[in-house]
Amino acid sequence: MTELIQVIDSYGLIVAFLVVGIIILFSSIISKKVFRSKIPASAIAIFIGLVLGYFGGIFGGGTNGLADIRIFKGLGFMGGGMFRDFTIVATAIGASFLLIKKSGMLGMISLFLGLVVFFTIGVALGWIWGFRDAVSLTTIGAGACTYIVGPITGAAIGASSDIIALSIGIGVVKTITVIILTPILAKRIGLNSERAAMSYGGLMGTTSGVAAGLAATDPKLVPYGAVTATFYSGLGCLICPSVFYLILEYFF
Amino acid sequence: MIYGIALLAFSFLLGQWMGIILGHWIGIDSNVGGVGFAMLILMLTKEAFQRRGWFNAELEYGVDFWGKLYIPVVVAMAASLNVKAAVTSGSLAIAAGIIPVIVVFIIFRYLNKTLKIS
Repeated sequence: MTELIQVIDSYGLIVAFLVVGIIILFSSIISKKVFRSKIPASAIAIFIGLVLGYFGGIFGGGTNGLADIRIFKGLGFMGGGMFRDFTIVATAIGASFLLIKKSGMLGMISLFLGLVVFFTIGVALGWIWGFRDAVSLTTIGAGACTYIVGPITGAAIGASSDIIALSIGIGVVKTITVIILTPILAKRIGLNSERAAMSYGGLMGTTSGVAAGLAATDPKLVPYGAVTATFYSGLGCLICPSVFYLILEYFF
Repeated sequence: MIYGIALLAFSFLLGQWMGIILGHWIGIDSNVGGVGFAMLILMLTKEAFQRRGWFNAELEYGVDFWGKLYIPVVVAMAASLNVKAAVTSGSLAIAAGIIPVIVVFIIFRYLNKTLKIS
């Protein structure tokens, strides 16, 4: 047994490949047998991932879900920024540059609209919950954009650490909501073409949420949603602590 | 196959570099659209390679392999997210994380209908 633990310990990433393979196998069986292929296997697999992340948080007690449990630590590396970004970029090989160029303007408009809507509703909810100072409200609104924009904005305008933690929490809830709701609602909102995916990516922002949600809906759409969504956090980090903060400071 | 992976790595690194430079350039310490730039570079190189006849199935396979790994990587990402903190981080975090998303779904549906995006 100690030998097996030693192997698992030394080859974390390889263990992660095996674990994810088993999750996806399990998901495709559920997809076929239980849902008669109406819910795609990838959507189920991502959902199982989230559930495992939840239990990992309970048993591991850390901030990295299942990856905090020693034998599953490779999942953190496999699901980390390097692999995630590298594989998203690779999906672009199947995308058409011409189409992206044609829908570029639509993507830009969606980006700005998305940031304004998320920020405004975030601030309004913060206000309802009793926050009245511009710094906290801006940080909360920025957290409603993504869990990257929140802490960067908070740090830039000098928010307290509990508000920054709150903004990260909001952003993580947003990502998970987008992952779960995208495949469920895609048909009803007409998210079925490359152009629609580009505008969707801009509106929703969160690259991991949009790309994972689209992967569960239709993998063909992933690069189109990701190519706009990836500018969202950067643009948010630019606008939230400057323009949005100044506007709020004027009112509060 | 390795040429495909190398091409992907080249696009990736160049794109991330551009993202970081753009970030510095506009005065924030973060990567602005690095992934997006990388995707555009990959698409442009692919087209340039195709025109010269350098693009072949073997090359595409190297890139495609990584593209197909995207969903498994997302599953691993989901399992290593701080889901517990998200679920238990209080009512404001839940409300501010969910309500705007639902509003944007409605906006998207409306835009889609009026502008006939799809």
